[in-house]
Formats: sequence, C-alpha cells, structure tokens
Amino acid sequence: MLGFGILSGLLVLPLVGAAFILTLRGDSEATRSNARWAALATTIATFLLSLVAWSRFDTATASFQLVESHVWLTETIRFKLGVDGFSMPLILLTTFLMPFCILASWESIGHRVKEYFVAFLVLETTMIGVFCALDLVLFYLFFEAGLIPMFLIIGIWGGKRRIYASFKFFLYTLLGSVLMLLAIMAMYWQAGTTDIPTLLAFKFASNLQTWLWLAFFASFAVKMPMWPVHTWLPDAHVEAPTAGSVILAGVLLKMGGYGFIRVSLPMFPEASEYFAPLVFALSVIAIVYTSLVALMQEDIKKLIAYSSVAHMGFVTMGLFSMNEQGIQGAMFTMISHGLISGALFLSVGVIYDRMHTREIKAYGGLVNRMPMYAVVFLILTMANVALPGTSGFIGEFLTLMGAFRSNTWVAFFATSGVILSAAYALWLYRRVVYGELDKPALQTITDLNRREIITFAPLILLIIYYGVQPGPILDAFAVPTESLLNNVQAALATVKTAAAAAH
Amino acid sequence: MNPAFTIPAFGPVLPEILMAAGALVMVLFGAIRGERPGYAMNIIALALLAVAFVAVLMLPSERVETMGGSFVIDGFAKFMKALTLLASAGGVILSLDYMRREGISRFEYPILIILSTIGMMMVISANDLIALYIGLELLSLSSYVIAAFDRDNVRSTEAGLKYFVLGSLSSGMLLYGSSLVYGFSGSISFPAIATILQGNVSIGAIVGLVFVAAGIAFKISAVPFHMWTPDVYEGSPTPVTAFFAAAPKMAGMAMATRVFIDAFPGILIQWQQIIVFISIASMVLGSFAAIGQRNIKRLMAYSSIGNVGYALIGLATGTAEGIQGVIVYMAIYLAMTLGTFAVILGMRRGNVMYETVDDLSGMARTHPVLAFCLGMMMFSLAGIPPLAGFFAKFAVFNAAIEANLVALAIIGVVTSVVGAYYYLRIVKVMYFDEPAERYDAMPAGVKLVLALCSIFVVLFGIVPAPLVAAARTAASSLF
Repeated sequence: MLGFGILSGLLVLPLVGAAFILTLRGDSEATRSNARWAALATTIATFLLSLVAWSRFDTATASFQLVESHVWLTETIRFKLGVDGFSMPLILLTTFLMPFCILASWESIGHRVKEYFVAFLVLETTMIGVFCALDLVLFYLFFEAGLIPMFLIIGIWGGKRRIYASFKFFLYTLLGSVLMLLAIMAMYWQAGTTDIPTLLAFKFASNLQTWLWLAFFASFAVKMPMWPVHTWLPDAHVEAPTAGSVILAGVLLKMGGYGFIRVSLPMFPEASEYFAPLVFALSVIAIVYTSLVALMQEDIKKLIAYSSVAHMGFVTMGLFSMNEQGIQGAMFTMISHGLISGALFLSVGVIYDRMHTREIKAYGGLVNRMPMYAVVFLILTMANVALPGTSGFIGEFLTLMGAFRSNTWVAFFATSGVILSAAYALWLYRRVVYGELDKPALQTITDLNRREIITFAPLILLIIYYGVQPGPILDAFAVPTESLLNNVQAALATVKTAAAAAH
Repeated sequence: MNPAFTIPAFGPVLPEILMAAGALVMVLFGAIRGERPGYAMNIIALALLAVAFVAVLMLPSERVETMGGSFVIDGFAKFMKALTLLASAGGVILSLDYMRREGISRFEYPILIILSTIGMMMVISANDLIALYIGLELLSLSSYVIAAFDRDNVRSTEAGLKYFVLGSLSSGMLLYGSSLVYGFSGSISFPAIATILQGNVSIGAIVGLVFVAAGIAFKISAVPFHMWTPDVYEGSPTPVTAFFAAAPKMAGMAMATRVFIDAFPGILIQWQQIIVFISIASMVLGSFAAIGQRNIKRLMAYSSIGNVGYALIGLATGTAEGIQGVIVYMAIYLAMTLGTFAVILGMRRGNVMYETVDDLSGMARTHPVLAFCLGMMMFSLAGIPPLAGFFAKFAVFNAAIEANLVALAIIGVVTSVVGAYYYLRIVKVMYFDEPAERYDAMPAGVKLVLALCSIFVVLFGIVPAPLVAAARTAASSLF
C-alpha cells in the first residue's frame, strides 16, 4: 500500500484512535465511557500490531529491518523508519505499557476525559516514532513533539503545583534538545545526509566529534536524566497523573539511553571514550547521591522518582563501560526499569486514588486492610531493589559487571548504591504497609479491585519471568551489541594506529 | 537611436499595473457611490488581489529587467510577491466584520491596502535605489493612514502619528544612506553597485551601507529600530495590526534580501556583521521583552520582532541556503501570524474586544477548537516539531551552521527556548486556567483564515517538500 509498512502503521494507529475520540460529541458519561474504551482498544490494537512486527523481526542480524523510506523534507532528509535489536524491545515496551496507562486512568481522570486520551494516544505515536526513526531530523521531530502532549497532561490533569512542573519539564528538556538540533545540522553538512545507517558508517573528525558528542549529551543527559540536570524529573513525577508518571518513567526516560546507544556511542566513538570518565563520575554521583536523597523523601512518588534517577545512573554507567556486559545490562535495565517503575507508579496510583495524598506519613499498616496490595507492592519493591529472581537484578548485575571490567572503583561505588536502594525501598515499604493501622482515614480503605488486579498481574508476571529467563530480551540485542562494539573498537584502533604512526 | 525613447516592456510589471489601475477605478467608484453598507469595495479589492496573484504566478521565472533597469523580476520576486498578496488578502478578509462592527467601515480602507500592496511589490522588484525609495514611500504612507484608520480613537491616531514620525525618520536615513552609496559607487543601479563595490571599499560607502541597513531595519522592525512596533501594534485596529504583522514584513524581508544580496554581494563581510548584530539583538529583545506583556497585541509585536531576528539569520549567511531559509521562514511565519490574529479577532463579546492574555482564560473549555488552533500556533511559533514553525527555524539554523555562524545559531536556539516560555504561557492560560465567559461566534471570514492557517501549520510537517523545493528555486534565482 504505497510502500507504507508496519512501522508506519504503528505510528498512524494511535492517531486514528485519537481522531476517532475527537469525533465523539458531548461530555456525557456515555461519551466518556466510549472515549475510554476507544483508547483502550486503540492501544491494545497497537500492541498487537507491534507483536506482529516483532514476529517478523529477525534477531540474528544487526542490520535495520522493516525499513521504509519516503520522500520528506529534501532528497537527503527522508521519512525513514526501521528497527534493530535496540529499538524493537523499546517499541514493545511502549506499546505494552500504554494499555495499562489507559486502565490506570479509567476512574482517576474525571474531567476533560476525551482530551486526556487524545493526548495520550498522540504521545504514544511520538514515542514509537523516536524508537523507529532512521533519520536524525525525524528522530528529533518525534523526540521534541512528545513534549506537547506531556506538557498538557501534566498541566491539565496534574496535582497542585502542576503548572510549575509542566513549565519546568518543557523548558528544561527543550533547552537540552535545541543543542542537539544544531549538532544534527552540523552532521548534515559534514556527511551530506541525516540518514542514520549512513551516519553510522561515517567517520567524523576527532575534534568535531567532541563538540557533537557534547551537544547530544546535553539533550540525552537531561532526558535521561543524569545528575545534576535531573531536577525536573521529581517535580514532573509528583505532579503528573499516575499514567503520566508511568509513561514518563517507563518510556520517556529511555529515550535518553536509546539516544546514547543509537547516536553517541556508534557515531562518536572517540569522543565517547574520551568522555567516559565524566559519564562514570556523573553516574556514580547519581547512584549514590540520589539514593541518599530518596531516603529523605516524604512523598512516595518523589521517592520513586529519585530511585529512577539512580537506576538511570546504572544505565549510563553500563553504556559507557563499552563492553558487552555493560551495554546489554544497560539495555536490560531500561526494559526492566520500564516495567518496574511503571508498575510502582501504578501501585502508588492505587492508594492515591483512594486517599488523594502521596505523603508517606498519611499511610501505615495497609497490610491489615489491603493484603493483596501488600503482596503486589512487596514484589515491586523487591524488584526495585534488584532482588535476584526479579528482572531488576539481571540488569544491575550486568551493568555492574561491565563497569567492573572497565573501572573497578566505579563498580565499587555503584555497588554501594545497591545497598542504599535497599535501604530506601524497604524503609518505604515498612512505613506504608507495615505497622498498626491507626490512621482513622485508612479504616475504610479497600483492597485492589478487579481492574487493578488485571493491571498488575501481567506486569508482575513479566518482572518475575524476565528475572528468571532473561534470555528472550538479551537475545534481541545480543547481535547488535556485538556489532556496535566491533565498530567502536575498530574506530578506536584506527585512531590509535594513526596516532602511533604520527610519532 | 536614443534609448530614452524606447517603450519599456510592460509584461513584467503587469501585476502592479493591474493593481494600480484597479485602485484608481476603486477610488472613482467609491467616490461616486458614496459611503454605503456592504462589502462591495472589499470584494473588489480581493478580486484585484486575486487577479494580481494569478498575474504574478504567470510571470516568467528567469531574471528579467525592465523600466530602464529599475525593475526586476525573478523567481525570488515572484515567490515573495505571491506571499505578500496572500498576506494582504488575509488582511482584507480579517477586517471585513471588524470594520463594520466598529463603525469605521469606509471605502478607503481596501484602497489603501491595495496601494500599500503595490508599494510592497515595487519594493520587492526594485533594482535601483530610487525605485526602492519610491516603493517604500508608497508602502509607508498608505500604512500610516490605515494605522490611524479608527480616527476617533486616541490610541489609533497616536499609533498613526508615531508611525508617521518615526517612519519618516527612517525613510530619511535610508535616503541619506542611498545618497552616500550613490556618491561613492557612482550608480544607483544594484547590479552596477555590485560590480563597483568589491573587496576593500571606502569608509563613505560603508557609512552609506549602515544608513541603508538602518532604514531597512526600521521597516522590518528589527532591534534597535523596533521602538515603534509595540505601540503601533497595540494602537492600530486589530485587523490593521494583523496586516502590519504579515504583509509589510514579507516585503521588508524581501527588500532586505534584494538590497544586500543584489547590491552588496562583494562586501558581504561588511554587512554580515550588521545583520548578525541586529539579528541577535532582535531575537534577544523579542524573547525577553515579551515575557512581561499582558496585552496580546503587544506580545505579538515583540514576537514579530523576535521572528524577524530569526529570519535575519538566514540573510546573515548570504548564501543561497540562507535565502531559502528566509523564504521558508517568512512563508510559515505568515500562516502563524495571520492565524494568531484571527483568534485575537475572535475575542469579542457584544461590542467589546478583549485584548489581554488573561482574557483567553480557560478557552480550551469554552471554545475547544479555537483554543486548539491558537495552541498549535503558539507551539509552532515556539518552534516545536512537528508543527510548521519548527521547519522554519530548521531552515534558517541549518543555513547558519552551513555558513559557520555557529555562535549566532546557538544564541538563536537559546533565545527560542526563552521565547517558548511566553508562548507556553498563552497555552497555559487557555488550557490550565478556569474558563471565563464564552465569546461571540466568529465571523465567517475570520474562521476561513484561521482554518486555512491552522491546517497549514499543523499538517505542514507531513508534506514539507513542495514549499522547501519552491523556496530553493526562488532563492537560487538570486545567485
């Protein structure tokens, strides 16, 4: 059909759903219900379509698959889509999390329901677009376009300080990304194209690499977020509605890590090696410092937000250790953190919907009235701590192993972060779930309802399944990792021989 | 045979001749018919603009000089004239209902718009300093009158007077600069000046260049000659403001391009620093000064100052890529600015027009479609993809990077983030705040303009290639 493939379908499908919801008239309860069901149907259909894409995906090759290319801005800036082993799992993560976001918003979103689901579906398109764009301008387009729906989601349906949080989120990330835009243009004039596969084979001059790397770093570090540019994240998380937090932690943060894998490491190998100590330092600070900050939080969502920053520290550390374990571990951590933090925010949403507060002090002894919730929250807490048997463990273990091979001190400090994360997570669990149920407001709190059980069951099953059987995910990006590392090593070796020959 | 007696080729000037003849007929018609209700004069004006638009499209694309070398058409002139005509048509359509309801619907208004448009088209095609000045005066004098068109309103007359006084000053500067350039190069014709002024030129010619640049900067409201803009934009009747923000900007940027690229290509290094400076100053002032504005027309004035700064980035490169950027930028800016003013014109309850940002409060709930359109305009003005404004910024910044003006590009993107703050504030007021009363239904003409502009702004990202390719062809005709 006009040469449009399955990836275009993934981009268009949510927009079709959004357009359908826009055609619904009125604001009656029936309309709202229709909007909810339409959104759910759309996200499930998108997920199924992404499974079809997955079934046609061959994990044995490192090259881009399902490629389609259409005329767009100019001859050399094209609308080109394609996936490889790094992007496919992230697309699946996105499409998988979306139905849960819709379910989590079922009752908690009471006003302007249609607009809410439209914003979410548009957001889904932009997220999928980031992961399957094979042209840097297109990549930037989707990377930035996601700001618009997220700005509205935080600002309209957020908490008390929603306006402050939405502006901070928008301007912070925009400031980071505009430098990336200039770097993309510089690459365009160097290589004559913004086609990612071509750029992957292109060798940029060493001094130019440094500047380009820094410009991309500004964008990805903010998105990731890395210490010290992480401060937008806690605000955005606290104020966003539950589903917004899930998407923020589950998918949007992964764009930074994906960007490092897709652009920074393979295109600027020399600069990546040169700046690796900087990234290590920032990652270790993020892991230790934000874990300590998380200990002192009084707001549950803020605590999880800081824990996300710490986990993203593991990701950047793994990526820039530039060995197989590190990169695979980083990819795995991203997927697993997407599931775990998503589920954690959903579980905060459960008690927030009932009590309308996220203060840790307002809770205590929930196990007495909510045994099922206590079990769910326990599993998720343990997964967040990276207990063996959960997917969190595999990721952290691999990144630490990668870091150890690269720099033992980095691994040493990062491991202390594991202990700290156990401290804040278990302490949170102790304060919220255990103890006497003596707060009067909590006397009537109800356990998980059927919709909530349906929401949590698949997430928890996957977290445990991938904790025991990490193979399926690791296989997806094993070959691309190998080819990425070969290319990086080859590039670095050329530089070294050239330098040796010059002496 | 004495060349002074040959009859020049009128073909290339046909659109201007048609419009001028049409304007004279309109004056007669209006004077005989007298002041009567109805839109007859406006419809004639629109028809005239449409005829001129067709005539412009039918012009040849290769470079043709006529009128003794003082008038030139090429792909660039064609493109910019088409844009200007669209902008003027937008200005007329937006004014239809407003002028009637405010009781200032006089037959002179469409005639003045037509005259001003002729001035713009002459400026775009000017190939010597005299033609440039005459075109500019025709454009300016008509503009002064329509700024003060609501003559019983103090703000409007003040705007007209202010515009007139400062505009005359700038015309004087332009004229003074022109005389210096003529004196030091010995010619008024752009191609002749270009051949004479090469490499190291005398200080007198450079002083002349600076004065010409100052006069041009005034017309496009670039810093430091922007002071009139906020007051004139605020005081003029809103459709007139929309017209000022759209049509003269197109002509002004085209004029700047024509003068610097056609007349001074040999001394790029001299004028590049001037353009870089006014570009940076405009972007910085446009984004910071807009933050404190409460009146949305004033805010749009600062926004237009900032936007001129971005468009000037393209000119500062002095390359074909840069001029392509200018053209793309102006075309997209036209849609964004007309669309925004269409929404401002829709803010009316009974006989009262509302003009502050806070009056937009909660519009997303009272007028969801209107709020969506304005919201998209604002995101687009902030340069957020996938909206049209992103592609505009992309075009100029891309050219700046190619020309190695990295510092300019970095300042540009940083100010665009600052600018995003005040655009976002409008989105915030519309979407996050509590709703106020509903506004009256929009007049059909305004709706039409808004719909066209919104479709362009939102969907441009899907098929950007035609405009970009057309701009490339137009820009290459200058080199």
